[in-house]
Amino acid sequence: MEELLEILGELHPDVDFETTDGLIDDGILDSLDMVTLITEINERLDVSIPPEEIIPENFNSADALWALIEKLDEI
Amino acid sequence: MKKKIIAAVCAVLLAAVLLFATHLLVMPKYIENPEGRLVGEYYSQAGDNDVLFLGDCEVYESFVPAVLWEKYGISSYVRGSSQQLIWQSYYLLEEMMEKETPKAVVFNVYAMKYGEPQNEAYNRMTLDGMKWSSSKVGAINASMTEDESLVDYVFPILRFHSRISQLTADDFKYFLGAPEVSDSGYLMQTAVRPMTTTRTGDDLFDYNLPSVSFEYLDKMRELCEKKGAELILIKAPTNHWKFWWYDEWDKQISDYADESGLDYINFIPLCEEIGIDWSQDTYDEGMHLNVSGAEKLTDYFGKMLSEKYAVPDRRGESELSSAWQTRVDKYYERKNTEK
Amino acid sequence: MLFTSYEFVAFICLAFLLYYLVPKKAQWALLLLASYGFYAFSGLSNLIFIVSTTLVTWGVGLWVSKIRRASESYLAIHKEDLTKEEKKAYKAKEKKKSFSVLCLGLAVGFGILAVIKYTGFALSNVNSILGTFGVEQKLSIPDFILPLGISFYIFQSMGYLIDVYRGRAEAEKNIAKFALFVSFFPQLIQGPISRHSDLAPQLYGEHSFNGSAFFSGLQRMAWGYFKKLVIADRILVGMKTILGDTAEYRGAWALLLILAYSVEIYADFTGGIDITIGIAECFGIKLKENFNHPFTSKSTKEYWNRWHITMGSWFTDYIFYPLSVCRPMQSISKKSRKLFGNAIGKRIPVYIATIVTWFLTGLWHGAAWNFIVWGLLNCLVILVSQELEPLYQKFRKAFPRLSSSKPYGAFMAARTFLLMGFIRSLDCYRDVPTTFSMWLSVFTVGNYGELFSGKMAEVGFDAANVIIIVLATATVCLVNALLVKKGCDLRQSLADKPFLSYSLFALVIVAIIIFGAYGAGYDASDFIYGQF
Repeated sequence: MEELLEILGELHPDVDFETTDGLIDDGILDSLDMVTLITEINERLDVSIPPEEIIPENFNSADALWALIEKLDEI
Repeated sequence: MKKKIIAAVCAVLLAAVLLFATHLLVMPKYIENPEGRLVGEYYSQAGDNDVLFLGDCEVYESFVPAVLWEKYGISSYVRGSSQQLIWQSYYLLEEMMEKETPKAVVFNVYAMKYGEPQNEAYNRMTLDGMKWSSSKVGAINASMTEDESLVDYVFPILRFHSRISQLTADDFKYFLGAPEVSDSGYLMQTAVRPMTTTRTGDDLFDYNLPSVSFEYLDKMRELCEKKGAELILIKAPTNHWKFWWYDEWDKQISDYADESGLDYINFIPLCEEIGIDWSQDTYDEGMHLNVSGAEKLTDYFGKMLSEKYAVPDRRGESELSSAWQTRVDKYYERKNTEK
Repeated sequence: MLFTSYEFVAFICLAFLLYYLVPKKAQWALLLLASYGFYAFSGLSNLIFIVSTTLVTWGVGLWVSKIRRASESYLAIHKEDLTKEEKKAYKAKEKKKSFSVLCLGLAVGFGILAVIKYTGFALSNVNSILGTFGVEQKLSIPDFILPLGISFYIFQSMGYLIDVYRGRAEAEKNIAKFALFVSFFPQLIQGPISRHSDLAPQLYGEHSFNGSAFFSGLQRMAWGYFKKLVIADRILVGMKTILGDTAEYRGAWALLLILAYSVEIYADFTGGIDITIGIAECFGIKLKENFNHPFTSKSTKEYWNRWHITMGSWFTDYIFYPLSVCRPMQSISKKSRKLFGNAIGKRIPVYIATIVTWFLTGLWHGAAWNFIVWGLLNCLVILVSQELEPLYQKFRKAFPRLSSSKPYGAFMAARTFLLMGFIRSLDCYRDVPTTFSMWLSVFTVGNYGELFSGKMAEVGFDAANVIIIVLATATVCLVNALLVKKGCDLRQSLADKPFLSYSLFALVIVAIIIFGAYGAGYDASDFIYGQF
């Protein structure tokens, strides 16, 4: 989770990702961010997020995203 | 639930009223071109006509029932319309034969040159005036051009709704109907424009009259036989190159008449005998007769109808007489005002 | 069959009647019969394409699903005795297998579409290239008539395949049921493009007749016909004249065309979708909305979330995202970040994916350069706006009251409306250089006085027509405003006022009959998307 927060922080240093939600709905993350995010998660967390998981529910908060990563990591 | 049913009925009534009012508004009133009203005016004189005329403008501008009555006591109606095609004539005859028992049916053969549906506007002028019957359905199906459909005739608003943006004062004035434009189907023309051209008709590629025309002629003949009416084929007198009556066509008609035992009268060579003066008796330079020409022709033909075809003189019948007197009076009134 | 034909009205009445008469278990079968009947009407020979697409997609879907299920059960069995790495490796191998099968299916599906729709275009371009090299012999260009709805049903089927591969949809075992999914007739003309998991359960479910739901569907249909016949087809008359003579009708006329086309395509497309969704509603099936007040959009990005929504989301889910996060793209991204730094590096995958997506979106609309240019121009506007976003943020920080004010919002909406209108006019003029010259003429040819002369009537926009168009459009705007304000279904709020709702319905029908631009005196026109 810490690593994820680090990745997010690199995209937008001024946002407190621990407490913020509505990351997609409020337009905090745009498609550029999404793509970078997914690339970083793939590289640093070794989890590849398939395109069908690129939905607002999974990206609206750091917690949601972490839940997705854990789900994908588990086999 | 009850509320819904009442509401539904109200809504349907609302729609029906609006659509009907619009229908009355957008239906062409044919004030500028009154020939569109002719077919519908028949019903005020339906029944008890001893002679029925069928055909196109050559018929409704050439024969005057008022004169036939006045001079010969013959009760007649001219059921003509603009560019009336032979199958339309047949179905109109079929419709009339339901109620009529005429002694003679007179058909102008010029329209036999048309073997196919021609023109939507003329179709409408002939067909919309008919009351609904199996004959009307037959006429519509035989007449429709490619773009037309029966639904458009059942609900004319579907065809004419586009007129909503082209409404004229006439549409409002004659919203609920207009006065009769014809005298027992005769459309009066009082102007005088002498015939100036001596040009004859252009040569044709093919002089054969369409076989479908003869099919319908057969049907007319059979219908008349069944009803005990004499079918008389005529060619109204026109000398204009635009309405040229070719010798080849004339021959085909007279051959048919000979074979079928029908009479065929071509009035064109009889013009001198009838006394038609093409400098006085035409309103459009020789294409059609005006009232003076029509009266002469009617007088001539009336004598034939009375003597040769024994169409009875019925001036002795009081009811019929008084009905006709009204018509004759109207005729002269129109003649005097239009002069 | 056009929606706006007597045949279709008769067909749909019969379909509705039979649907609620047959046993509920057989309702889907009736829909299949109706759909194939509808399709056959457009030409029996066209059936071969939809049938082969159906067969291949159904087969491939089952195959992919089989691989997936085999893999899942294998992993479940060997859950304990495999290491994480082994499991990952197995999973990857199986995924690769099903991916190959998926690609087979996609190749056939998109292949059919490509051959029929784009061969002519491709060959004519080859001819042009050959021509520039002075080659005399030109390739002959085949003339395929586009089968009805091919662009829609192929996309819907391919979306299904990808969803099955992703585990988002269950593979359909029953081929007849699947055939219905592919050919469901209300969608054939112009979408919406549905997802299997949304549509299938409703399509195959049992539906009891519900009077108020049925009437609600009829209301929606009536509204669609109103927009299509009273507004769109009426505008089309004048538009055709203006487009028929580009030398004569420039400057002010080009601007008039742009504005008229904006209204016309809105009315035609949303009207057609209203009819589609209304018909489905009458069958008890809820289709996804395809429009969400698109002309209130304040930016092009927003516009494409509100206009032709199902197409946009199809391209996003099946082209844009896969393309932007796939492995090759990720390695490109990594390399370019190394070479050009983070700022540019992170943009590269998104830019490439966006450009490709819009290129394909344009191409999907039609096999011609004007459509491709249209797609790329939209893409350009979106990317430029994205780059300018920091600037906009600064503006909003500096002028908070102004930037959130209503007039400013209206300005942004008007700007978006005009921009989209200009770009969209490529559809009308078809020829790219002509379109550009028309755009230029709007600003350079000062013939605006002509619009107030008798020329408008000559074109087909006489006073009566314009009044009807304006009043009808105003009615639509009013209804839309109510829909936005109420935030809820307008029909719902009328549901308990039968006198009002039935009378309004009757008035809409009467308006369609009286003011619809159909029949002799107007040209019949297909829905613009009819031959997609």
